[in-house]
Amino acid sequence: MTATLPSTSLGDAEHPQVFTGTPSAGEPGQVDAHDVCAWFGDRLVLETVDLVMEKSKVTALIGPSGCGKSTFLRIINRMHEVVPGAQLAGSVKLDGVDIYGPGQRAMETRRHIGMVFQKPNPFPAMTIAENVLAGLKFSRSSPVNKNDLIEESLTKGGLWNEVKDRLGELGGALSGGQQQRLCIARSLAVKPRVLLMDEPCSALDPTSTLRIEQTIKEIASEVTVVIVTHNMQQAQRVSDYCAFFLAEENQPGRVIEAGRTTTIFGSPTDQRTFDYVNGQFG
Amino acid sequence: MTPETTTTAGTSGTVVTPEGPVSTGGPASTNTFESHDDASDSERIASGSAVPQPPTLHPRRLPNPIRPSAFGAQDALILVAAAMSSLCLVWVIFYQLTSLSGGVGFLVCWYVGFVALTWIATAQIIERQVATDRVVAVIVVSAALLIVAIVVFIVVWVCYKAIPSIHWGSLFTKDQKSFVVTDPNALNQVGVVHAIIGTFEQVLMAVLIGVPFAIATAVYLNEVKGWGVKTVRTVVTAMSGTPSVVAGIFIYSMLILTHVLTYSGFAASLALVVILLPSVTRVVEEVLRVVPSGLREASLALGAPEWRTVWSVVLPTARSGVVTAVLLGIARIVGETAPLLFTAFGSQVTNWKGYFNHDQGALPLVIFSDVRQAQDVLINLAFQAAFVLLAIVLVLFVLARIFSRPKGKNGKRRKARPDDDDLMARMFVPIPIEQNEETR
Repeated sequence: MTATLPSTSLGDAEHPQVFTGTPSAGEPGQVDAHDVCAWFGDRLVLETVDLVMEKSKVTALIGPSGCGKSTFLRIINRMHEVVPGAQLAGSVKLDGVDIYGPGQRAMETRRHIGMVFQKPNPFPAMTIAENVLAGLKFSRSSPVNKNDLIEESLTKGGLWNEVKDRLGELGGALSGGQQQRLCIARSLAVKPRVLLMDEPCSALDPTSTLRIEQTIKEIASEVTVVIVTHNMQQAQRVSDYCAFFLAEENQPGRVIEAGRTTTIFGSPTDQRTFDYVNGQFG
Repeated sequence: MTPETTTTAGTSGTVVTPEGPVSTGGPASTNTFESHDDASDSERIASGSAVPQPPTLHPRRLPNPIRPSAFGAQDALILVAAAMSSLCLVWVIFYQLTSLSGGVGFLVCWYVGFVALTWIATAQIIERQVATDRVVAVIVVSAALLIVAIVVFIVVWVCYKAIPSIHWGSLFTKDQKSFVVTDPNALNQVGVVHAIIGTFEQVLMAVLIGVPFAIATAVYLNEVKGWGVKTVRTVVTAMSGTPSVVAGIFIYSMLILTHVLTYSGFAASLALVVILLPSVTRVVEEVLRVVPSGLREASLALGAPEWRTVWSVVLPTARSGVVTAVLLGIARIVGETAPLLFTAFGSQVTNWKGYFNHDQGALPLVIFSDVRQAQDVLINLAFQAAFVLLAIVLVLFVLARIFSRPKGKNGKRRKARPDDDDLMARMFVPIPIEQNEETR
């Protein structure tokens, strides 16, 4: 069973290009996932997912726990293969370039497709400023002006005004919500084309959640956002497109329905989607 | 009066009336009980009694706090009484009724009698379950006290034997080469500087060689997921059980008997590396294991290669733990004697230049060889060397405790706190609690 977002362009798949330092770096990118399957050991957890994540839009992945949303998200930036015993099949294309194609390195992909995790995880041994610059330090590229980049990234992350006077403090000194925004700023500092967010607000209080949702809306013009969330209201508030994942009993996860958020929540075609978004199960 | 002070007075004048709280927040507002008068405000501030007591407000009477299971006077009395009765009883049996003798036997019998009498007395006065509980407590506490007593005894004994005869002028400036057996004042002609230099060089080189290996091995064990991890971990554990004399024999037979090296400080360092490696490796591995895996993922997700993740994220996060592991490792090897016996061999003269090709002294070797001599001077010197060694180990442990203390928010090491006792828990820079809970 497959479902595809109403997409206009599917990328120029026949033109293999390596996106290292291409002029489009920093521009929002489009992600096409085709026939994606995932295994943990011998267990199939995700089956033939076809999904297009539109450029400059926010796509929300919703569904009950254990339906493969996070696994799918981690496949998009090659974090799935970090897990011991994890395997996958299918292709994921960033602006037409298969990130699993020959010669593509995981590190390079992850620089273009950033990720924010469920739990805020600033590097505790680094200051706030060092946290923002960490990605550049790791890739050995030096920004033209560090201070500008720090300010720009933290402003995008919605944190600048709160921390501009204490950039030298350790990242762990911030509150949970601030830490998560620091993590967003850290991911944005490397100018990714896609930002993946794995339940970024589930460890935060409502105020911080709202703040992060604002941030997501603000950055969507510059970076394609894919967000996994358990919170249906959040999906409605922030996303343009929505994909409903479901794993039926002893079955791997599948995409049941995908489309515009208004459609998924307003007039879903599948009964299971209707039940889920109306809180009937899951 | 400035507006600020008026506001302060007004704010502190917030009172609770039966009708509810009434704020006298600004200079213009009035108080329920008195007219808001600048002069009286100033007086109140000056006299320090800022809040007027409303007539309806009764001071709350708190009941006296009690701790029902606290150790009270009665419990103390039972213990003292049991100790005294046991003393008398055992004395009568030991020295009057039987012909036993000996201090140790008396002490052991007294302790057994003390525990037994404690149980009987508590069972009589309170009840049997409490008595059993109390007896277990007594045994556990006395075991802990015994250990403390042993350590204190060792330290005090060494100080007692060493300090009165120390000749500070020569101890840290002279070696043993000008020692004259017949000179009763020879102590001001000898010192242990040769041994201090030897120990310093040997331990320093052992650390320089051993610590990078140990950290690399720990990174392999914890960060690399390979088939060899289990095997290597088992081998490292087994290695930490290697008798240190075997480490000495190993270097002796492999390098000295084959004339690769002569007796030298360097050979001693190699033997010490064998001791240092497993202990530092295991502690560093434990330290790395507690670094939350979320940090590694965050680093990888930023496009960092794995070596970068280890170098820039994992090791810095565990930095104070690693430093502590190294310091404890040094403390472990600085007093090792057996590996030095047939590697450094020992020497009476200062030869810090002869580290690689000449036999060399070391503090443990001075203790080992001199304490068995006939001359009081040498025996005293051995105790002084022991004193210096103890002092070095003490300094290392203090440093380890300071480094293992987490840094505060401002990046400086904060002062010690009572909850610092868990050494492993203190080895890290602060990690948010949510991350700490994350385990693999």
